[in-house]
Amino acid sequence: MMGVVRGLRGATPQFLVLGLILLMDRLAAPGFFDISVRNGRLAGSLVDILNRGAPVGLLALGMAPVIATGGIDLSVGAVMAIAGAVMAVIVSHGGSWILGVACALAAGGACGFWNGALIAGLGIKPFVATLVLMVAGRGVAQLVTQGRIMTFAEPHLATLGGGAWLGLPVPTLILAAITVLAVLVVRSSPAGLFIEAVGGNRRASRLAGVEAGAVTLLVYVASGLAAAIAGIIVASDISGADANNAGLWFELDAILAVAVGGGSLAGGRFSLSRAVLGALAIQALKTGILLTGLPPEFNLLVMAGAIVLVLCLQSPALRPLAVRLGERRA
Amino acid sequence: MPDAAPTPLLDALQVRKTYPGVVALDGVDLTLVHGEVHALVGENGAGKSTLVKLLTGAARCDGGGMLLEGRRFAPGDTAAAQAAGVGAVYQEVNLVPNLTVAENLLLGFQPHRWGLVRRGEMNRQARALLVDFGLDLDVTRPLGTFSVAIRQLVAIARAVSLSTKVLVLDEPTASLDPGEVEALFAVVRKLAARGMGIVFISHFLDQIYAIADRATVLRNGRLVGTRTLAQTPRKELIAMMLGRELSEAAALPGSPAAMYEGAPAVRFRGMAPRGSSEPFDLDIHPGEVVGCAGLLGSGRTETALAMFGAEAGGGEAEVDGRAHRLRRPHDAIGLGFGFVPEDRKTDGIVGALSVRENIILALQARAGLRKRIRRREQDRIVADLIKALDIRTPDAEFPIEQLSGGNQQKALLARWLATNPRLLILDEPTRGIDVGAHAEILKLITRLRDQGMALYVISAELEELAALADRIVVMRDRSMIGVLPGPTSPDRIVEAIAAESAREAA
Repeated sequence: MMGVVRGLRGATPQFLVLGLILLMDRLAAPGFFDISVRNGRLAGSLVDILNRGAPVGLLALGMAPVIATGGIDLSVGAVMAIAGAVMAVIVSHGGSWILGVACALAAGGACGFWNGALIAGLGIKPFVATLVLMVAGRGVAQLVTQGRIMTFAEPHLATLGGGAWLGLPVPTLILAAITVLAVLVVRSSPAGLFIEAVGGNRRASRLAGVEAGAVTLLVYVASGLAAAIAGIIVASDISGADANNAGLWFELDAILAVAVGGGSLAGGRFSLSRAVLGALAIQALKTGILLTGLPPEFNLLVMAGAIVLVLCLQSPALRPLAVRLGERRA
Repeated sequence: MPDAAPTPLLDALQVRKTYPGVVALDGVDLTLVHGEVHALVGENGAGKSTLVKLLTGAARCDGGGMLLEGRRFAPGDTAAAQAAGVGAVYQEVNLVPNLTVAENLLLGFQPHRWGLVRRGEMNRQARALLVDFGLDLDVTRPLGTFSVAIRQLVAIARAVSLSTKVLVLDEPTASLDPGEVEALFAVVRKLAARGMGIVFISHFLDQIYAIADRATVLRNGRLVGTRTLAQTPRKELIAMMLGRELSEAAALPGSPAAMYEGAPAVRFRGMAPRGSSEPFDLDIHPGEVVGCAGLLGSGRTETALAMFGAEAGGGEAEVDGRAHRLRRPHDAIGLGFGFVPEDRKTDGIVGALSVRENIILALQARAGLRKRIRRREQDRIVADLIKALDIRTPDAEFPIEQLSGGNQQKALLARWLATNPRLLILDEPTRGIDVGAHAEILKLITRLRDQGMALYVISAELEELAALADRIVVMRDRSMIGVLPGPTSPDRIVEAIAAESAREAA
């Protein structure tokens, strides 16, 4: 918990962005900040953002370390589909939900291992290596479900994807728990130092004895696991696995979340909690667009515009301008 | 032999170039006459590349000036220098491998009609250009399908077609075999015979003596002197490069090497660094400093990389009676080795991380992923080292890239001292750092030796080596050609390097 708090200390720009987007949402929809209790659970747009933003938040947790090592993982959306498909097949054939979840996680880890092996072992560029699974992964998921949308009825999974505990949506609680866990793992083990060292200067790190290959492999495995959890949540939510559409384009949201979270795509420093904030900001934007009642074809345009704005705020090219404006105000 | 023409082709007078914090060139003169091949020699950091940048317009001088055929020559960029008649070819050929030979030769100057390139005409012109160089190539093939030597010649052909007065060749032979070098030299001689002035940069002395008429020696950004090579023995040139005026008095006879009792700290057996012709053996004892001397390109750095497992090679390291193969630095670190590389920026520091993280990195890497060194422990280790080595940093969390070179170097030493190594390999530990830090690092090396650490120190500073080392390994042509017992004098080191050079040449 302390680690999460420490990570958030430097997150002023991310909070600013999130606040700005929420404020715009409030202007678009007057009841935006209202929170009510319905059927023993909290309801309202803010709760909805926390709920809907959980899968991308999980992906961002995996993506931030990958990007910190100077890599990228384009396959997370497809891995979500694979994990969902594996779980659906097991549960719909009478397997227990625990077995389903375990196998989905194993599938995600295996996908991450495949990516990591291509990148660390064979030296293939991360963009290309993960592009392979991004494309092929959907095919794998279709093979698993035999091309059908596979549905299941499992009460535990229904709770996992759409239930509530202490009034909060379960996906939100999962995201919170995994965030705390991930921050603990990264900051109370040397993993964080190794990841940032490898991303900052791979050659120097190797000469200092860091096993850069192993570090690279591990971050992709972790990203695969995170994608599997996201896939489990999405499949549980709709009680079915859709190989074609589950997690479609989510990898882009995850990369954006890391960028909005201040992570440099060139590698180096990273912050897990800020990446999650970035994911929530993106979800707030999406929810806001829905609430304005704009025709859906405007969604992507507004998203693009808002993201360009956010990235401009963080651009080094515009920083002197921002500093000058700040000085004039002072 | 060039005539001493009344007007030299190119004259650089007292040129000076400073970069923030460094004087790269300080009042250097260079005179190039028509038809001359003029070698530019010096160790790393001597200022050769800076001088080339000034000549080719890639940088502008801060002081002094240049004359080209008696007229003021101050090119604003490389295009202006080319237009005035000065072109350059670099070791890394700056051409486009996936374009054809003809396209590369005429890029930017393709013959065209109605906005379309006239391919036939372009290929004809390209062939005509190459005939001059005795090359008969299929100019429609992509350049990348030819050997490095051919690419080098094509680059020269392009440079000569654009600039006809001065040609700068920066390490053109680094990746060529002897036959290819000869072909290149034939072209160079032909160009010189036409009256062009050639500036030739190489660290291969044999090649310099084979092709150049005169040589200008730079050292630490200053001019050491210009010599006519036919009248200059190699030993003198090497002494100039290494900053050593040959004294008249004979060198002191070296006393017998100190005898070391007991087992060596490390025995290297059959080490074969990249590109070496013969593997070497080396024992280093606790409390011993083994120096390594050799010119740039002699393989001195490759030896260190092989001893640290950083580059694939044969051989093993015997520690405490057990032999180990070194496949990666991680293996060497496990045996208690440390390595401070020559290039701090690319191989040493992780710039964006803090001083603390940089210092703790090797110790943590040795401890592994599962055993984190507690933060309080890290802070204690780092604070102690910052104090012991007098690293000037606002605090331990300061980004290391903002420290001065000397303090970065001390932090890298601290990184290894934190691991309490049995053997510390230092590649040019005093390069590019200020005088104060320089003295401190030398003192530190002596202190570590007295504490019983084994050290292997590569340095181009011969005084430093002579003063520090108990034995000196002499490198040439990527092989260890001898071991000088210590204590020795800088003159004897120069003699050892030069004597072997002369033998090779004979």
